[in-house]
Amino acid sequence: MGILEVKNVGKRFGGLQALSEVNLSVAENTVHAIIGPNGAGKSTLLNCLVGKLIPDTGSVMFDGQSVLGRSPHEINQMGISRVFQTPEIFGDLTVMENMMIPCFAKRDGSFEMNGFGAVRHQLDVIEKAKTMLEDMNLYEKRDMHAASMSRGDKRRLEIAMCLAQEPRLLLLDEPTAGMARADTNNTIDLLKEIKEKRDITIAIIEHDMHVVFSLAERITVLAQGTPLVEDTPDKIKGHPKVREAYLGESA
Amino acid sequence: MLGLEKKDTRLFLIVIGLTMLAPFLLNPFPEGSEMAQFNAGYPDLMQRFVIFGIFAIGFNILFGLTGYLSFGHAAFLGVGSYAAMWMFKLFGMNVVPALLLSVVLSGLFAVLIGYISLRRSGIYFSILTLAFAMMSYALAYSVLATDMDGPDKQGLMQKGLTGGETGLQLSVQDPRILGAKAGADGNTPVPNFFGIEMRSATEMNVGDWVFTFSAGYYFSAFVMLIAFYISIRIFRSPFGMMLRAIKSNQQRLNYTGLNPKPYMLAAFVVSGMYAGLAGGLMVAMDPLAGPERMFWTASGEVVLMTILGGVGTLIGPVLGAGLIKYMENILSKINSEILHQWFAWMPDGLEDVVVTMIYPFIGKGWHLTLGLMFMAVVIFLPGGLVEGGQRIMGALRGRKAKDGKPDADADVKPAE
Repeated sequence: MGILEVKNVGKRFGGLQALSEVNLSVAENTVHAIIGPNGAGKSTLLNCLVGKLIPDTGSVMFDGQSVLGRSPHEINQMGISRVFQTPEIFGDLTVMENMMIPCFAKRDGSFEMNGFGAVRHQLDVIEKAKTMLEDMNLYEKRDMHAASMSRGDKRRLEIAMCLAQEPRLLLLDEPTAGMARADTNNTIDLLKEIKEKRDITIAIIEHDMHVVFSLAERITVLAQGTPLVEDTPDKIKGHPKVREAYLGESA
Repeated sequence: MLGLEKKDTRLFLIVIGLTMLAPFLLNPFPEGSEMAQFNAGYPDLMQRFVIFGIFAIGFNILFGLTGYLSFGHAAFLGVGSYAAMWMFKLFGMNVVPALLLSVVLSGLFAVLIGYISLRRSGIYFSILTLAFAMMSYALAYSVLATDMDGPDKQGLMQKGLTGGETGLQLSVQDPRILGAKAGADGNTPVPNFFGIEMRSATEMNVGDWVFTFSAGYYFSAFVMLIAFYISIRIFRSPFGMMLRAIKSNQQRLNYTGLNPKPYMLAAFVVSGMYAGLAGGLMVAMDPLAGPERMFWTASGEVVLMTILGGVGTLIGPVLGAGLIKYMENILSKINSEILHQWFAWMPDGLEDVVVTMIYPFIGKGWHLTLGLMFMAVVIFLPGGLVEGGQRIMGALRGRKAKDGKPDADADVKPAE
């Protein structure tokens, strides 16, 4: 049984059946990619996993516990971290502060009223944030406002922030969308490195086949809100149904 | 010192120095001179500086850190005032229990209003808080001001809980179970701090100058220093960092496993308690509480103070409060006669023209000057007076640096 089990999930927006009978099993410590043409329901599925949307039918189990009906911060505390398509970071805060917030969240849980103890005395958090930034080659930029960093650095910071929470499942929503080739390759290398160093499961939604085939161990192809096939990258490459979904009947 | 960083310690010491020396600093002109009307060193005005300073410091914890603009903070000011008044009426004239009740009651009231208002953000949050404040005003003005004693009795509740339009006043008939019903002169007693009357003051004459040291001012200033210190601690705490994170990106905060709601509610309650404290202090200085204290203009005023001084800065709100209260009390006293005196040296025709041109901006028209100033600050100095001070310091430092004396810490903030 996988760490993430999606069973019979359906979601309807008005007249549009965005997802129907989605079954997905992500095995622990693998990189699982979810691909599909535009409008296939990839983002809807992701939003159902993190608590932003509640599916109409079906169940989503993470590590044996249902995530349905829980709010995003609760699901996050269960061990699922999410990286957004456009980096979501605390733009007005410094890079160091950005890094410290997930460390606080990991240490103190979803709410801790500490209005009197100075941040500079939280040595364990500072030390952890510093290590994470050094790992990501961002330590020199610690005093910069996060919003003034380059897009590539913002992405690195966001991934670092997610990792600081020591999640068991990292969800990435088109992490290389809009990136130049060099930045894309850097991101691929970064994700490979993360996978090597940690016990972590990665689920990635991606458009870019180059990224998918360099990283994924399993691939699920989604089309019109329902999974077409799930297999290894090699088998997916030549699969007639996949060609059909991407290129149309005539191909 | 006191667990503050070097930079904050310096700022705190400057503020301590300035508030303690305020009776001198705000009275730079000798008595009887033409400029004496610009002196602000009299107890009533100095008390207002620090009390509104407390109000604005608290407001800034909510607005400055989280970005949630409450448009109903005057409600807490009013609750604090009424609470302190009832403490005076029922128990005694010591200000300490009165202030404690002000803080506690306004805190509880803030839990209620905050819990409901914080379900929405942005403009909807502002409107909800405004609605609550105006409902509180209506309650204080009429609903809670009806005769609750019954028509045949002349008791404590004859004018209800709030006293309605005339406000809640002390009376020699109040029970005051822990203190004298009347003062030594037979009139209503005066609020005191363990025997030190808030109204008492000592005057000091130095040459032509007269400096007044009032117990009320120093008590309020002391309370403001505590409030300011707590605000520095909050700004530098993990809690303060979370509040800034809420302002910056609530989505990321949610997906970082943090629940913004309790953080927001805590910030709202803390800032409501500050407002209650300020309301209580107002009553401690002048024992009278009226419903106009909850009117929406009072809520708007604290927004202006905070923005004028510098949103999200430590000292900004205090500066803004001081400036607005100074203009309200000093600028509004200037009349056309005084203007004619000033410009008497001009030829007659020109004098009249100049006076006519300036006249709309003084006296009752001081709001015009305030409005123009507010516009100028928002357009040219979005960081408020603090940003202005920083720019001046920066320019001075720049000149120094050119002389080969670079100075590392460039973010000293000017203080009042």
